Amino acid sequence: MQQHQYDVVIVGAGGAGMRAALESSKRTRTAVLTKLYPTRSHTGAAQGGMCAALANVEEDNWEWHTFDTVKGGDFLVDQDAAEVMCREAVDAVLDLEKMGLPFNRTAEGKIDQRFFGGHTRNHGEAVVRRSCFAADRTGHMILQTLYQQCIKQNVEFFNEFYVLDLLMVGGRATGVVAYELATGELHIFSAKSIVFASGGFGKVFRTTSNAHTLTGDGMGIVWRKGLPLEDMEFFQFHPTGLAGLGVLLSEAARGEGGILRNKDNERFMERYAPTVKDLAPRDMVARAMANEVREGRGCGPDGAYVMLDLTHLEPAHIDAKLPDITEFARTYLGVEPYTEQIPVFPTAHYAMGGIPTNIKGEALANNDDVIPGLYAAGEVACVSVHGANRLGTNSLLDINVFGRRAGIAAAEYAETAAFEELPSEPQAYVVELVEGLRNSTGEERIAAIRADLQATMDLNAQVYRTEGSLKQALVDIEALKQRFTQVGVQDKGKRFNTDLLEAVELGFLIDLAEVLVVSALARKESRGGHFREDYDKRDDVNFMRHTMAYREISVAEDGKETVNIRLDYKPVVQTRYKPMERKY
Amino acid sequence: MDAHVKILRYNPEVVGEAEWKTYTVSLEPTDRVLDALHKIKWEQDGTLTFRRSCAHGVCGSDAMRINGRNRLACKTLIKDLNPEKEITVEPIKGLPVLKDLVVDMEPFFDAYRSVMPFLVTTGHEPTRERIQSQADRDRFDDTTKCILCAACTTSCPVFWSDGQYFGPQAIVGAHRFIFDSRDEGTEQRLEILNDKEGVWRCRTTFNCTEACPRGIEVTKAIQEVKRALIFRRV
Repeated sequence: MQQHQYDVVIVGAGGAGMRAALESSKRTRTAVLTKLYPTRSHTGAAQGGMCAALANVEEDNWEWHTFDTVKGGDFLVDQDAAEVMCREAVDAVLDLEKMGLPFNRTAEGKIDQRFFGGHTRNHGEAVVRRSCFAADRTGHMILQTLYQQCIKQNVEFFNEFYVLDLLMVGGRATGVVAYELATGELHIFSAKSIVFASGGFGKVFRTTSNAHTLTGDGMGIVWRKGLPLEDMEFFQFHPTGLAGLGVLLSEAARGEGGILRNKDNERFMERYAPTVKDLAPRDMVARAMANEVREGRGCGPDGAYVMLDLTHLEPAHIDAKLPDITEFARTYLGVEPYTEQIPVFPTAHYAMGGIPTNIKGEALANNDDVIPGLYAAGEVACVSVHGANRLGTNSLLDINVFGRRAGIAAAEYAETAAFEELPSEPQAYVVELVEGLRNSTGEERIAAIRADLQATMDLNAQVYRTEGSLKQALVDIEALKQRFTQVGVQDKGKRFNTDLLEAVELGFLIDLAEVLVVSALARKESRGGHFREDYDKRDDVNFMRHTMAYREISVAEDGKETVNIRLDYKPVVQTRYKPMERKY
Repeated sequence: MDAHVKILRYNPEVVGEAEWKTYTVSLEPTDRVLDALHKIKWEQDGTLTFRRSCAHGVCGSDAMRINGRNRLACKTLIKDLNPEKEITVEPIKGLPVLKDLVVDMEPFFDAYRSVMPFLVTTGHEPTRERIQSQADRDRFDDTTKCILCAACTTSCPVFWSDGQYFGPQAIVGAHRFIFDSRDEGTEQRLEILNDKEGVWRCRTTFNCTEACPRGIEVTKAIQEVKRALIFRRV
């Protein structure tokens, strides 16, 4: 076991983690721990752009952007946070440009901008060009640019270090325990500030745009500490995943003129969102697509998907603006987007919920109190700027604005705070977790349990939910928890034990699936990404509030522990905008 | 369809030498090689070890040598491999193998970091964005696509035989900034590339171009850097 001491430890090296690292490493001694290599992070898979009211190609301002974000989030957005994000968006884009990000350019050589779903001029009048982009690989460019800046600034990385526990002393975060994949060795990192930036948990679903590695580790670690998770029922299903595969095809395809069609070749979004049509927010488009399929207007032999039509666009335009996604269609489905429509269906994409934070990126222990030394940013966090449904491009914005803020706040706290003594045996929990799994003699296969978890989540907790479906999911998850106690790890070695890694990840996935479903069951309304067929209207009287889920352990007289999920609620911060019906 | 996948296995914790092991897996023609590896790991042998993340060719984790050619496992479909025959999978060459298909990436990233792969500017920062024409932006577009998967570098015969040459990817990484009209670090970067173990070690075999899963014209980029060195202008 090795010991390390840093002022700031950042967990995760995607966009939020590296943006935080650029700030904190300028100010204090910082280490970035990632279970991958930084450039493997899933920020790199983001495609369409990053919105900011630069007004480079048409009139725009950050207040319109704020309104769109609040309305897009079905008014569950904390409006103070959305204001911060949309106001700082302009500088966030300009900062990236100054770091070298190769944005597409206008005829005058300024950063080019294009349409994106839910982004409008003057509070919904018409769509507006707000998304700054680099072809359809904006996330790739952000990830590469931030990594390049980290090289320039000599940021210290610990690659393939898997953080498995957060150390707390008297309510303050004091360090983390990490498992080094190459050697199987444990490392204790003592720190004054810890920033979680470890991404989402899309792998609870089978059909997902998320990487295999997005297993909600950061949320899971915090959850197991008894700290709350906010709004976990709100998961975004991106409308255009490659049918059957879930590989993301950017909303930029529609921003550049692409059209969704059903089997009658009808542009069906005209019925669902007459003003903005195919550029309605993602939750509405995903539901419309699922509805077309349910009502028998789907395409393909089983009528299981709809079509994304780019055939009316000039091939040269497609090559310039959408090169990667059209290559995905060719590679994985053998479809030529110049001449053929592309089969698409909603794919689990983004967790709106996560570790509750305030606008400085400080993590919260409850509705009000900050956890000293603990920060979170990016998809792992819930500020909440996305509310019940995130607008396209706002995640790349979120990681830059709140990654930066969390990095600054973490460093500033570290400059004033002292190192706390670590608990005795700080590694105890991780040793038990890791060795328990490694030495397990169970017969259950990791992949079988995971596949069953993903199947029940796809079936019962996806675009459409009911009390019955969610209860079924809970029954299934309970059975899977039992099976997980018998999970077997075949690889008993120390070196690059990815079998063991997958078992640990599966444990987090099961925990988070349960939180998602329990939160969803209690929210008897439909809002944004959470749609209940049995309560198909938004209910502002009873549910204009954030869900706060807590893990609680009760000990019976015989010493047997039971884990319960307790739900509490937190008010939504409303400043400028009163809730209104969401029409597009 | 049943396919036979022959994998070069190596785990120094168990045996000192690498050995080939063949697995039979049921696959669809549209499955990826990554799906085959997952099926083996998840259903037959949990000790099989490889890196992967995004599974659609953008993160660069799973470069490996498939039927003798460097490719991404997640971007190689079974039907494109002639599945009637055995499919061979081995680690990329020229980097130390740590376990099965996992190699030590540190030498590769060291090479990348050595070419100053970041924008270098002087003077005051502008208040707004730097102006760049789309034509100037297009000049280095190809090399911005790099995902650092190492398929190019580990396909290069010079890299295999010469422990010092920093390989095609590092030159791609440098090219991306040398030809960026906003950058002012070209002189320093060219000096690094002018080293005796630098760009002149390239023998123009085009292996790198063929190997690049992003379709970057790597050899062309290297030639452009060589020309910039000779004429000292970009």
